[in-house]
Amino acid sequence: MSTETQAVEVEVKEREPLFSKKNRKLISNPLDADNPITVQVLGVCSALAVTVKLIPTLYMCISVLFVMIFSNVAISLLRNVIPGRIRIIVQLLVVASLVAVVDQVLQAFAYDVSKQLSVFVGLIITNCIIMGRLEAFALANKPGPAFLDGLGNGLGYAVILIPVAFFRELFGSGSLFGFNVLGENYPGNGVMMSPVGACIVLGLLIWFQRSRNGYTEEA
Amino acid sequence: MGIVENYLNIGIKSIFVDNMIFAYFLGMCSYLAVSKKIGTAVGLGMAVTFVLLITVPLNWLAYNFIIKEGALSWLNTLGVSTNFADFSGVNLEVLKFIIFIAVVAAFVQLTEMVVEKLSPALYNALGIFLPLIAVNCSILGAALFLPGKEFAFGESVVYGLGSGIGWFLAVVALAAIREKLSYSNVPKGLRGLGITFITVGLMAFAFLSFIGFKLPFGE
Repeated sequence: MSTETQAVEVEVKEREPLFSKKNRKLISNPLDADNPITVQVLGVCSALAVTVKLIPTLYMCISVLFVMIFSNVAISLLRNVIPGRIRIIVQLLVVASLVAVVDQVLQAFAYDVSKQLSVFVGLIITNCIIMGRLEAFALANKPGPAFLDGLGNGLGYAVILIPVAFFRELFGSGSLFGFNVLGENYPGNGVMMSPVGACIVLGLLIWFQRSRNGYTEEA
Repeated sequence: MGIVENYLNIGIKSIFVDNMIFAYFLGMCSYLAVSKKIGTAVGLGMAVTFVLLITVPLNWLAYNFIIKEGALSWLNTLGVSTNFADFSGVNLEVLKFIIFIAVVAAFVQLTEMVVEKLSPALYNALGIFLPLIAVNCSILGAALFLPGKEFAFGESVVYGLGSGIGWFLAVVALAAIREKLSYSNVPKGLRGLGITFITVGLMAFAFLSFIGFKLPFGE
């Protein structure tokens, strides 16, 4: 888990425009070279667990994006008043409150999806991407960049989850977004629906991504 | 079915059938991060088991005496007059995320401080893992599974212990495999994370065979 504090000191000389080159990097980096799941290895639990079907995956990505952005901004605003020793508890409480909001909204407007996601909505609280970004970025940066960092990492999460869900739904139940694609005779593939398929699809996706951008790690 | 058989069944089920890692992917981030060496894997595994053993029953108490609908009615029997406030209809499910995570985080922080004072040796072995554990999904996940399981108090103790042992087994097994893997010639892009995911997938395959496994002590 690489949670080294990224000292992205945003020096404001005059007034830095929100979409300066450096700030644009905050969004583009997590999408590929510094992806939260495949490079930083954070937030893997839910990436594997909710990706059986595309629709719940989309809801999950939106929820994580929401929590990610707002917790990043909130912690960034509070960064000078949080005592160092209890910062984890403060962060968890902020995130837990946001997740409670997401959970209530999902139960009210998308009850079926909220049933399918079951405990994994609650587990957004301990999603390491969120905690990792709060520790590594929001505690040391202003709300503006923190907002962009949250947006970037939330999208970086979605960029991996959606392909995984695409392949798992396609080969697992022969459908996409619930519509049958591979024909009525496709028997379905239990392995793709089970944990096994998730791990293997994600492993191969990492292989694909790394052979494209040349990132290697010492085994 | 006697009480001991019931406990044994819950234990076996939570270790093998509902294994935290292979059936639900809970605690994957720290699972992947510490499974490079058997020594650290054993340390974190023990810490997770210990925290699960304590926090699952604690959260059971929180759920059954604070959160659940009507759970607060003990306030009325204690002497708070029903004219003043009737607690039998209070339902605090909305707050369950916040309460569960507060219990876990507070317990972890407390343990860290107590262990640091009382036993420096144990602190050196486990202490560095404790902050990691507050954000380990398996701890919060076990708490979030509780409402659906309707355990008695004793059963929740066994469930916490069993889930911890299951996590321990999974992390030590993966660490052993990864130590061997480091001698093999893995394709470049697959090195590290990619091959680890595929390994976990194959291990989950083995654990799939426990689904539908007939519990040895009757239903």
